[in-house]
Amino acid sequence: MSLWKIAWRSIQQRSLASTLTAISMALGVALVVTVLVVHGVLEESFTRGAQGYHLVVGKKGSQLQLVLNTVYHLQESMEPLPYSFYKEFTATGSHKGKYAGYVELAIPYCLGDNYQGFRVVGTVPELFDKLEYSGGKHYEFQPGGRNIDADHFFEAVVGAEAARKTGLKVGDEFQPTHDLGNEGDGHKHDAFQVVGILEPTGTANDRALFINIEGFYLLDNHAKPVEETPARPTPKVVRVHADADKDHAHDHAADHKAEPHEHADDHKDHPKDSADGEANPLRHAEVKHAGEKHADDKHADEKDRAHEHADDPKAAPDGHQDDAKEPAAAPSNSAKHDAHEHDAAKPDADHEHKAASHADDHDHAEHDHAGHDHAAHAHKDETKVGDHDHKADSHAGHNHAGHDHAGHDHSAHGHDHAHHTPLPEDQREVTAILVLAKNDIFSQQLQRKINEGLDAQAASPIKVVQEFFAQMVSSISYVLLALTILIMVEAGVGIMVSIYNSMSDRRREIAVMRALGAGRRTVLTVVLLESILLSVGGGVLGFLLGHGLVAAVSPWAVAKTGVSLGFLQFAWFDLTMGRGTPLMIPYEVILIPALVVLASLVGFLPAMSAYRTDVAKALTASP
Amino acid sequence: MLSPQDIFRPDWSAHRRLTPRSVMLLLKDVKKSYIEPDGTRLPILDVGHFHVAEGEQMVLVGRSGSGKTTLLHVIAGISRPDAGMVRVAGHDITQMSEARRDRFRARQIGYVFQTFNLLPGFSALENVMLGMSFTGGKSDAGRARKLLERVGLGHRLTHKPGMLSVGEQQRVAVARAMANRPKLLLADEPTANVDTGHQQQIIDLIRQSCSDEKVALVLVTHTPEVSEQFTRVEQLEQLNSAVLTA
Repeated sequence: MSLWKIAWRSIQQRSLASTLTAISMALGVALVVTVLVVHGVLEESFTRGAQGYHLVVGKKGSQLQLVLNTVYHLQESMEPLPYSFYKEFTATGSHKGKYAGYVELAIPYCLGDNYQGFRVVGTVPELFDKLEYSGGKHYEFQPGGRNIDADHFFEAVVGAEAARKTGLKVGDEFQPTHDLGNEGDGHKHDAFQVVGILEPTGTANDRALFINIEGFYLLDNHAKPVEETPARPTPKVVRVHADADKDHAHDHAADHKAEPHEHADDHKDHPKDSADGEANPLRHAEVKHAGEKHADDKHADEKDRAHEHADDPKAAPDGHQDDAKEPAAAPSNSAKHDAHEHDAAKPDADHEHKAASHADDHDHAEHDHAGHDHAAHAHKDETKVGDHDHKADSHAGHNHAGHDHAGHDHSAHGHDHAHHTPLPEDQREVTAILVLAKNDIFSQQLQRKINEGLDAQAASPIKVVQEFFAQMVSSISYVLLALTILIMVEAGVGIMVSIYNSMSDRRREIAVMRALGAGRRTVLTVVLLESILLSVGGGVLGFLLGHGLVAAVSPWAVAKTGVSLGFLQFAWFDLTMGRGTPLMIPYEVILIPALVVLASLVGFLPAMSAYRTDVAKALTASP
Repeated sequence: MLSPQDIFRPDWSAHRRLTPRSVMLLLKDVKKSYIEPDGTRLPILDVGHFHVAEGEQMVLVGRSGSGKTTLLHVIAGISRPDAGMVRVAGHDITQMSEARRDRFRARQIGYVFQTFNLLPGFSALENVMLGMSFTGGKSDAGRARKLLERVGLGHRLTHKPGMLSVGEQQRVAVARAMANRPKLLLADEPTANVDTGHQQQIIDLIRQSCSDEKVALVLVTHTPEVSEQFTRVEQLEQLNSAVLTA
């Protein structure tokens, strides 16, 4: 029979006292486990969220704010950066940003909206397609969901916790709200359709909603005010081509100030302006559309619409009908429209240009179409820009687009989000950029380069968070650690008292064992083992109880942190205590040996009493 | 004044025929005294010579307070004498370290107590095996079971002492004492707490067990019915001169 069994029998013999002692230990350990796990997990949840990319780039300021805001969706958004800065991270075609060489992937973030208190992030689908989280995990969608389609501007993906709390499901629509205190209006934006719900990630992204950045840009007040038009804070002027350059946009803005028609310029004279030439005819339609959609639909009271001039509900349908019947009438309509709309000196130039070339007409038509879909709503289909089938009426529709649109109650018949026109880049801004560098060294170099500049800063989320924890939270850890030790010692003293009290009853048993040939060390060992069994047994019970508690507080933790705590959630502990390379082990790995050591210590006093038992005296004492 | 030793010193020459090997137990000039709280020394044991041969069964008879339990403790190595030699199976246990003496006791000496002293938390079988745990070797559950069968408790192996009658308890104690195949069995008034109906049963079991395994037996009793069954009966008062001086 092993000494373990002897010790165990001894515990069984005093089952009530043993149980109570073990429970006292269990409660202590459960408390410790719960506190450690919850604390550790909260800490880990911060570092975990910061994985998957190297840097967060944002406006110069507090690195901590940038990281908390971008990675953890906490605090208010920072000032935005110009879109051109974001372009420095990208390389498309001939364009190669100055940081692009370092960058594997750059994800723009547009912040400032919320839905029922959950952060709404305007971003690109690559966030979920190409970025990983928590060290190599891929974002996944709950069954029936999918990622945002880059071409469908008003699609959204919802984090697991946000979806649970808001009740949003795939197919639902929601309207983001401007953050209060930011612009102060708190009004609702256009609706986004939920196309996917993310599987829980345990990161802050569980508590956010992600919308197509293009849709975000088209929301009220999301376009950057154009400098030339400070008096008009709603420059909902958009262009067809995302790659259109600044000049065009300026042109546009200028257009709607109703003075100079830059597109009156002969495009043939400016070959490099050819893009403009193509896009040109569209402007009116698009202008119309944007103005109509974002202002007229929802804010009829908005005074500074760029297209009040277009408000001619009667003319529009007429024109449209005409077009249908007689495409040839288009130019005149066009002229009419232009004159009407722009009240400008050279509307004809524009149309001369259009009329002059059949090819131009085609372009015209194509672009028109883009606008026309919305306006004429006869073509609520997947019509793409450049669909020649519709050339004829689109040619005419060009003009009507503007007029129609102006007159329509767009929201009344819904709109096909797929056919919105992106906001020109010069009016875009990004709040932050998540940067995945090609490697760690590039990441450091890139961070240094960016931080040398005056406007932007790059922060390494992991470093920032670790520093934050080192400064603010580690002291809490020490308090917890001290508390832990006190609780354990208290439980240990309980065990000591329990065993020691039992010793007077057991003196005879020990004497008998000695008489049967057990050595002093053997009886000492038996008592120590008893103490260890009680401690470890109580510890294991406490471990289970503690993790049960953790699982029980899980909903709370999810709500507060987005981190779901499983039953087998461990708090990780750095063995080096922050010195040198971290060596992470679960707290419990320390806890168990610590319990054994503690049990040995507290068992030592009664064990010594057993050791010193006077066998002859104990045997002759009356039982 | 003559010392008790002078009076009772046996003639050692009478035992010359006994080789050290055939002497299982030999006590020589063993003295033990207790210090009273007032500082005075109280002699309790003073045995000039005492021996038991291999496989011999003998009885020590003495009244209460004649130092019989102390003598057994000294023989078992539980208590250490102030002076003298205690040789068991050829080994002077007074010269051994305590740890060695404990192990030696576990292997060579069986002990049956007046109050049985079974451990209440252990089953009958476990009580028997408990003794085996301290020899440093393996516990032999088969032998433990066999021993219990021999004392008639093969059907009560898993019973705890509290579920056994006193007679049964003492039978378990006998089985336990025999567990490690000792050379010497010490029985301290083994029938004192057993009802008269079962006393003879216990004595028979002890004697049978000892003769089966050729174990020398020193049985202490003050019951004449028990002592008269043995051929060798020693009076403790005669053996222990300390009793006279006390």
